Amino acid sequence: MLTEQLLSIGLNHFLTISAILFGLGMFAVMTRKNAIVILMGVELILNAANINFLTFSKYNGGMDGVMFSLFVIVLAAAEAAVALAIVINIFKTFKTVDVSRVDTMKE
Amino acid sequence: MNQLTIPIIFYIFAAVTVLSAAFVVFSKNIIYSAFSLLFTFFGVAALYVFLSADFIAVTQVVVYVGGILVLLLFGVMFTNTIMQTELKADVIHVVPGVLLTLLLIGGLLFAFYNASAAGGWMPGMMQLQGSVVERIGFETMSRYMLPFEMVSIVLLVALLGAAFLARYDKAHKKEH
Repeated sequence: MLTEQLLSIGLNHFLTISAILFGLGMFAVMTRKNAIVILMGVELILNAANINFLTFSKYNGGMDGVMFSLFVIVLAAAEAAVALAIVINIFKTFKTVDVSRVDTMKE
Repeated sequence: MNQLTIPIIFYIFAAVTVLSAAFVVFSKNIIYSAFSLLFTFFGVAALYVFLSADFIAVTQVVVYVGGILVLLLFGVMFTNTIMQTELKADVIHVVPGVLLTLLLIGGLLFAFYNASAAGGWMPGMMQLQGSVVERIGFETMSRYMLPFEMVSIVLLVALLGAAFLARYDKAHKKEH
């Protein structure tokens, strides 16, 4: 029974991987101090969401999940560009990217 | 034999994805994290192929590996001065973070498996099969016309904003 379930790749396998990726991304966002590693955690979370979209799209037979995962990829690119611009500005102002030492909003 | 090959390939890619993602999160060196993220993105792209979304897999490789990862590496290089030999990244709140993460993963898995055990998730009549490129073309030009145009405008505005934010600031430089 268990080997049967392990050998037939189904919905739950992909959902498990996406849950693990999401947890790891959240861990990076919660515990790391470096802003760039936090961005990497956000990318992991977006990838986990994409896996979920595509999994449900495949087993539902519709195209909605596929289209939304495409939009998620585009928005992830936009997010990475803007976030890195902000990180570079933070580095110019504070001389560090340690988010626990960035504590003023005005120079 | 033929029945075993596809699960074995799936588990190899799943292991690559999860282990490299764990290395991204737990590595102290930011450069190692960035290069480990490469393997995560490739593994996720392979999983997309298993989900019969070939176009999304190729887009994942082009956009994430070719664009976002290079951008992140640029960020790492810009924000760590060359004199600073160690590219270390500290951690805070590790114990609550680990607890919350385990709780989160456990809760998600419990919800997923509970729903599927109760018979809540029945697969649809028709599952996606084969290539999905042609159907993406049809959907983009019919039902998803407006989101497609909106996302293109969002991308343009975001790129202009990023270029404006990150440009060399003359007035700011003169003060120092």
